[in-house]
Amino acid sequence: MSTAELHTLTGAYALHALPDDERLAFERHLADCPSCAQEVAELASTAARLGRAMTETPPERMKAEVLRRITTERQEGPLTVRQGRVRGRYGRAATRFALAACLAAAAAFGGIAVWQHQVARDAQQQAQAAQQQSQALAAVLAAPDAKAATGKVGAGASATVVVSRSRDQAAFVASNMPAPPAGKVYQIWFNDAGTMRSAGLMDPAASTGAVLLNGPVGKASGMGITVEPSGGSPAPTSDPVALMEFPA
Amino acid sequence: MKEAVHVQGAPAPGPDGLQELIGRVARGDQEAFGRVYDLVSGPVLGLVRSVLRDPAQSEEVAQEVLVEVWRTAARYQPARGSGMTWVLTLAHRRAVDRVRSAQASADREQKAALLDRTPAYDEVSEQVEARLEREQVRRCLRTLTELQRQSVTLAYYRGLAYREVAELLSVPLGTVKTRMRDGLIRLRDCLGVGA
Repeated sequence: MSTAELHTLTGAYALHALPDDERLAFERHLADCPSCAQEVAELASTAARLGRAMTETPPERMKAEVLRRITTERQEGPLTVRQGRVRGRYGRAATRFALAACLAAAAAFGGIAVWQHQVARDAQQQAQAAQQQSQALAAVLAAPDAKAATGKVGAGASATVVVSRSRDQAAFVASNMPAPPAGKVYQIWFNDAGTMRSAGLMDPAASTGAVLLNGPVGKASGMGITVEPSGGSPAPTSDPVALMEFPA
Repeated sequence: MKEAVHVQGAPAPGPDGLQELIGRVARGDQEAFGRVYDLVSGPVLGLVRSVLRDPAQSEEVAQEVLVEVWRTAARYQPARGSGMTWVLTLAHRRAVDRVRSAQASADREQKAALLDRTPAYDEVSEQVEARLEREQVRRCLRTLTELQRQSVTLAYYRGLAYREVAELLSVPLGTVKTRMRDGLIRLRDCLGVGA
């Protein structure tokens, strides 16, 4: 199921119209997608209004019966965070994709709430720069022709690249990237038919977040990431940890 | 005859009052549970019955829901929505589970026959007492497109899964999913619902 499709499930989820497997997948997505969770809360509340409109007067005996039953019913404790995020067999892998998926979905729907949070944190340190980047990033993610592709980065992390051909810009969203080795940084490259063109460095402090690729997309067919010495390199000096094709 | 019904409909319980009561129920307060029962039992029974139809089975499921409210009150998270939304979400889930388990053994033709009938909200709403609430919901349902309305009501009032709704309406699965979402969004805006 595509990431954009996942986001459209908020309605079916609020109506309990999903089969169990899709419901569980969506709930995992929900745990990492605050904008989806907000929408679900509103739609569940809307669905409850459909229910309230059906109000009937229960028979008198029902109250006595229920009050009798609860006296022998043990109450459960509150949910802890761990219990609240029960994961299935595919849970871990799914989680890694979840944030990127959420961002991609947000991009597809023109929503910008999620990564704004990340950008807002950056802004505490680099207000101006972050604001400029956030605006440029917002423009890419919200572009009508924005398309997303998701792939693996190294051993476990996942990443989504969002490309807007009309703006000639691309954004890269990483999730759970391992920190680069000491004294090293991740450098992003445009792939111009096998020639790598620098598209900037990732903030070594952030393992999860969105960055705008420096420079125009041009004829680049994809992007790559390498580990480079601090400050970056004019050309890659190591094998890429990831190569991703841009969406067609 | 003058309509006296308007004042008869139970006013919406203050969400804060219900929320506080559920908090007391979570700590084992049986008296608070009695008051929660008074606030939610009518909506719970009505909702379950709109899905299940059968009166005896509806009462049985409604009781299970109310006992579940007692049992899991500590799991209610006010940040996620009002107490009424929480209770009615439990109720709908239970009713749908009951429908699905019964449906597993039922004929598929039976489902096809459902479409020939008037939508459930029209039939059932004739029996309900909360007239103002009902009128508002009906008015807002009319602002939906036919496909949005059918998608939302077949899922909610019949407890059908989206695949079944798609089959009944002869539209692609993706269309049903989006109609459920944009239908509910339109309904949310019409009813002025917050989270």
